[in-house]
Amino acid sequence: MPSACKTASAPKIRTLDVQIPLLEANDRLAQRNRDDFRRRGLAALNLVSSPGAGKTALLERTLDEFGHQTKCAVIVGDLETDCDARRLRRPHAPVLQITTGTACHLEAAMIARGAQAMTLDGVRLLFIENVGNLVCPASFDLGENARVVLLSVTEGEDKPLKYPPIFKSADVVLLTKLDLAEILGFDRKAAVENIRRIAPQARLIQLSSRSGEGMSEWYAFLGSLMPRS
Amino acid sequence: MHEVGIMESTLALAVARARDQGASRIHRIVLRVGALSGIEPDALRFAFDAMTKDTPADGAVLDIDTVPARGRCPECDIEFKVASDFIFTCPRCGRVSGELSQGRELELSQIEIS
Repeated sequence: MPSACKTASAPKIRTLDVQIPLLEANDRLAQRNRDDFRRRGLAALNLVSSPGAGKTALLERTLDEFGHQTKCAVIVGDLETDCDARRLRRPHAPVLQITTGTACHLEAAMIARGAQAMTLDGVRLLFIENVGNLVCPASFDLGENARVVLLSVTEGEDKPLKYPPIFKSADVVLLTKLDLAEILGFDRKAAVENIRRIAPQARLIQLSSRSGEGMSEWYAFLGSLMPRS
Repeated sequence: MHEVGIMESTLALAVARARDQGASRIHRIVLRVGALSGIEPDALRFAFDAMTKDTPADGAVLDIDTVPARGRCPECDIEFKVASDFIFTCPRCGRVSGELSQGRELELSQIEIS
């Protein structure tokens, strides 16, 4: 409680209730991004997964198949290198690489700067490929319209149970690399059950960026996400 | 390990508030951290110990109040406690819900200053 006592001796210790959200600055910038994207007529997706779950491969195929009819752009985050940006670069799709140095996730401010640096004229879908990490990106809103969490069949059926925060925050869960499921003895039923228990709010799409299985469902979802113009 | 960055902003906020009040020392910092915030309390403590030296919060105590997760069942319109597995099974109808009524909190709730 603030003290009313006015003595010249050692200052009294006062307790101050502050209640300040610690991610307020990021959340405010994320909302600004969201408003900016809406004004530009585009929808943004935040793709999150462990390293190597197939985010880049999914985007490569998506740009090749879906990106011709619908203009797409990509912002891709990694600690180092522009390998992913080079894989994704297409004449019909602007791609921007963000290197985060040691940071384990993307933040809204990085996306705001990235979007400023790109030509987004005519772009309807902006894919944000987050740094491969199933923990930290959960806390950081980027201003996306949909958060897409990828789980590959090589990671094991119980991963959703091990990383609840990120799966709880998912709008969509993609079960990827389906073409490998059988050879790995992956228990698809158990994985689906785990996803449904931890993330019942999320839409589940099972696919393989290599064989093409399930990709039409992914494209249908992307179509539904685009703002009507 | 994004807890370092979060602790950095926590300390900046706490110091700014203390200065606003004409205080020069911070004795205690209280945080509220939700069980599903994605933030690890131990990592916050580690960052706190490493970052408070030679600041107005040098020697301060860090208290972390963990906010347990609570689910909400939209069918039954009730809120309920969630077990440690974070599967939100409604105790009334048994359906699994995706609605969270608390557990994502991450805030600086209180400081003690002089």
